[in-house]
Amino acid sequence: MSVSARILVLHLGLLALLFVLQFVLPPYHHGNIARIMVLASYAIGYNILFGYTGLLSLGHALFFAAGMYGMGLTIQHAGFAPAPAILVGILAGAAVSAALALLALRTIGVAFMIVTLMFAQAGYLTVLYFGEYTRGDEGFVIQAAQRIVWGIDLSDATNRYFAAWALFAVSLIICLQVVRAPFGRTLVAIRENEERVRMLGYDTFAHKLSAMVLSGTIAAAAGAFYGLLFGYAGASFASVQYSILPLLWVLLGGAGTVLGPFVGTVFMFYLIDLSSGITTAHMLIAGVALVALTLFAPQGLVGEIKRRGAKWLP
Amino acid sequence: MSVLLETRGLSKNFDGLQAVTDVNFALSEGEVRALIGPNGAGKTTLVSMISGRITPSSGSVHFDGRDVTALPAHKRIMAGMAYTFQITSVFSRLPARENVALAARRRMPASKVAGAVDAAMDRVGILDRADEEAGNLSYGHQRLLEIAMGLVQRPRLLILDEPTQGLADGEIGGFKTLVRDLAKEATILLIEHNMSVVMEVADRVSVLNFGEMLAEGTPKEIHANQAVQAAYLGTGADA
Repeated sequence: MSVSARILVLHLGLLALLFVLQFVLPPYHHGNIARIMVLASYAIGYNILFGYTGLLSLGHALFFAAGMYGMGLTIQHAGFAPAPAILVGILAGAAVSAALALLALRTIGVAFMIVTLMFAQAGYLTVLYFGEYTRGDEGFVIQAAQRIVWGIDLSDATNRYFAAWALFAVSLIICLQVVRAPFGRTLVAIRENEERVRMLGYDTFAHKLSAMVLSGTIAAAAGAFYGLLFGYAGASFASVQYSILPLLWVLLGGAGTVLGPFVGTVFMFYLIDLSSGITTAHMLIAGVALVALTLFAPQGLVGEIKRRGAKWLP
Repeated sequence: MSVLLETRGLSKNFDGLQAVTDVNFALSEGEVRALIGPNGAGKTTLVSMISGRITPSSGSVHFDGRDVTALPAHKRIMAGMAYTFQITSVFSRLPARENVALAARRRMPASKVAGAVDAAMDRVGILDRADEEAGNLSYGHQRLLEIAMGLVQRPRLLILDEPTQGLADGEIGGFKTLVRDLAKEATILLIEHNMSVVMEVADRVSVLNFGEMLAEGTPKEIHANQAVQAAYLGTGADA
């Protein structure tokens, strides 16, 4: 089997598996996997900037929240139907990520981390400041009646699962296409040695800008879906915690691999879920597992598989 | 022969350190020019200003009849310059072939990339290593990979910054042949410390000393030039 065929079989195989799982999973895990697929889409977006382009952002919660509030506020206050509201959320993410990219990409390394973190904090405070509309920390519920898209009720577990699956499938396929195209390969080269790429005639700023907008837009789509599918938008999704989480998921799963974000999200989600069933000190178990993984598989789970022989993994 | 590259009054100072002073330099289409000078003479600074990696403090750079002083590096590269790095700067975690492909993709339609990449790697003699990770190649092969990345771009001006540094004698012999061969299709600006390479492959030699252009002439003239001997050859530092 050629490398391309192998890649296609693996990734479409995962999507097919997730599709079929919907019919067999017990309700509890059914709900978990739906949530994981949306969060993994967020991580896929994050990974395009961090894993492939080598830019460590600490401000992706800003994009996630831009999507969530772009969607939520237009439903809540402008009376939008869910589909156009999702679109508003995605466009808001694209606009916010483009604006932040133009500012933050003037910096590199630690300065880039700090600038993105600061702007995300400013975004978080903005959500609190306009509490009259956003209801701040408390957030607001998007009623079941407002979550019907083309006659499909997204508060229903099955519909919700399929909507999450669709988002995840689109994100995964976009990521796969991008990283295998010349554009994605140039991003990897920028990660490895930006100056050299520039001296091969590439406009590296334009490439990084595009990567950041793509990354932020996918993150925003995930935020918009999350709010709509689970019926809630709150300021905690704009907090720094939601900037750190995708970084952790991607690091655990394997930065710079297409499947890494999903694997990392599943791993972390169930690690916390299972350990909290054993003890109230569940973060301790999670912490030990994270330290072990950092020691023994520093490139993440999928990264480790790739290193140990599956070099063809994109 | 028409002038391909010209600098007028090009200077650069780094926080008061005058690295390059008022350099007027012209390169004709089709020639092989060696740029020599003691360590710290400003050679790399000069070619960095030519290729756009750093901006000059004053003066201008003209390429192919156009003032390119304000153009960013990537646009100068697209105008037909190629630059190979002094310190080997390949993408060490990517396969050698992908290194050359990155250089090629910017220049040609996707359908032609694979063929051009193989041809360039074959020409420098590393085609059999194409699928290895660049970082695993020997130092000499990494230098050759750098050159393959330069020539796959089919540049009009190929700037080679100390291409033979760290190469074994046998590899240097092969390099001389390669440069003479490349000279048929590109103008070459070569920063070089190895005098046998300079004497054998260069049409003309420019000597930079303390950031100023000290002398210019055929390799023979430069070899006989007393000022150059005093400044450079006479020291025996790298000759």
